[in-house]
Amino acid sequence: MAVMTYAEAGKTALAEEMRRDPLVWAVGEDLGRGGVFGQYAGLVDEFGPERISDAPISEAAIMGASVGAAMAGTRPVVEMRFADFALCAVDELINQAAKARYMLGGQTKVPMVIREPMGMWRSSAAQHSQSLESWYTHIPGLVVAVPSTPADNKGLLKAAIRCDDPVVYFEHKNIWGLEGEVPDGDVVLPFGKARMEREGSDITIVSWSSQLHTASRAAATLEGQGISAEVIDLRTLWPWDRDAVFASVEKTGRLLITHESVSVGGFGAEIAASVSEHLFKALKAPVRRRGAPRIPISYAPPLEDVVRVSEERIIETVKEMMAG
Amino acid sequence: MMHRIRAFEEAAARANEDKLVLGAIHLSIGQEAIASGVCRNLRSSDYLLSTHRGHGHTLAKGADATAMMSELLGREGGICQGKGGSMHIADFGVGMLGANGVVAANINIAAGAAHAIKLKGDDGVACSIFGDGAINRGPFLEGLNWAGVFKLPALFVCESNGFASTTRTDAMTSGDGAAARARALGIAAEEIDGNDIVAVDEAVRAAVDAIRGGGGPRFILCQTYRLHGHTASDPAVYRQKDEVKAAWGNDPIARCAALLREAGVEAETLEAHRDAAAFEMDQAYETAKAAPWPDISLAYTDVQDIGDPRERAY
Repeated sequence: MAVMTYAEAGKTALAEEMRRDPLVWAVGEDLGRGGVFGQYAGLVDEFGPERISDAPISEAAIMGASVGAAMAGTRPVVEMRFADFALCAVDELINQAAKARYMLGGQTKVPMVIREPMGMWRSSAAQHSQSLESWYTHIPGLVVAVPSTPADNKGLLKAAIRCDDPVVYFEHKNIWGLEGEVPDGDVVLPFGKARMEREGSDITIVSWSSQLHTASRAAATLEGQGISAEVIDLRTLWPWDRDAVFASVEKTGRLLITHESVSVGGFGAEIAASVSEHLFKALKAPVRRRGAPRIPISYAPPLEDVVRVSEERIIETVKEMMAG
Repeated sequence: MMHRIRAFEEAAARANEDKLVLGAIHLSIGQEAIASGVCRNLRSSDYLLSTHRGHGHTLAKGADATAMMSELLGREGGICQGKGGSMHIADFGVGMLGANGVVAANINIAAGAAHAIKLKGDDGVACSIFGDGAINRGPFLEGLNWAGVFKLPALFVCESNGFASTTRTDAMTSGDGAAARARALGIAAEEIDGNDIVAVDEAVRAAVDAIRGGGGPRFILCQTYRLHGHTASDPAVYRQKDEVKAAWGNDPIARCAALLREAGVEAETLEAHRDAAAFEMDQAYETAKAAPWPDISLAYTDVQDIGDPRERAY
């Protein structure tokens, strides 16, 4: 075990995989200078500019070229800089990468990782703050990962690089500096296995990415007030760990899903619908969701805060659910 | 090869009239010299990325006509198992990495395939063939710039058939056109008569030699004419009759035949080639017609490795 940040854990994962497999390479804007968040710092010194490759500000080409490079036998790790900018490359990801294997009759796979730094961070406003992870869960062919801890950022990124499917990999900008213990060596996490953040018996709270930590703090506060909340970190949204969520809801009878992304059409809706379809009789209260209102993200902190699902809002919602 | 492409397209048109082709097909009748002239200068291991109008390119790269025709009919034995149809035909066994239903999308993908060649230190070439409509989409700029920046072994071929779907391309294109745009990106470009098989062959051979020699990407603009409509079901009434008639007078196959006759090839020999091609494609159509539908279990295969699409998530 070593203590490192979420950003360092991602860098460690990439470096280990690049040492293991010479066909792995990373491409994106400014990678030679360490990337916009420093998450590639120093890698060019070890691997050289061909494998830690700079790119023009040309997201469609970064993504599209990586599709071709993946089909032609390499394993690109694509840096999109901000999840918002990946929208400049939607055709290349959705129409090409996600579908090539299927529509070409299984003649190829497209092993690539699309790193998309997501979420609210330092008053970045509407085009640098979005959490769009639920969009990608809708697309057959894609894997969607949303790590929340340094350990998971290492284990899931290594899994993503080894995966033969295109993996949309969301790192949250607000937790780049979060420190935690990270296992040494070749620890590769499976997709679709949730992590039990905190055990409890009264209510299940499902979350992921940075919001998981808000949920966890809320659960700790609730504990002091006599409410035992179980907190599950999904880690990946496709596939998502239905078994873990269902087992927890069967135990607690209550489910709250909280995410930073807009509540309408968010992945919380998918979880809520699944639980309602299959576990209706186990529920002691209606399933609730806590996501962002359907407004763009503002610059001024008080306005930005309107979008955030705070610890207080989670606590308030849990208490409403407990009151029946 | 040009006869084979023409015969395939004519058989596909018949299949379309017989209502056995299920979706849209885009015929390349009149553009055969480009497919033939490009692909005869590519190795089987070289990569080719094509467009929605890709039957000719795919055949010329070496794909099997029966498997292609079966794909058009959505039948078992289709080259993509009936999952792709005309616009997604591919044959990775001969380096054909896919037609594409999105105009210009293949340009970036070809640049990436060329990038992989360079990273692996191979001496291959990745070729993208696209239409003149593609030059007004972003990937034309982004992909050519990418190939230029990284000095990739990429050949870009624009089949300029005059029409972007049903609109005249020049009415929708500002500036001096495709070759000028490529040159502005620092890519050596030339413009040739795409209906002249000899001109195409010579230009592509020289370009491929230069690319394999480490010279970076090349661009070739091939002027041609789409003798049929945008799709096989498009009567193309937006064109003047005399324009089409004149274009048929510039048929690349007839021009090639005239050259061969001048060179002393017997008319019977040329007819025999034409007839053999027609027979091959008739057989391909008959075989495809007789094939059953794909097994529906295939609907769930090759989606992805991770996550079971049959889970109760729908």
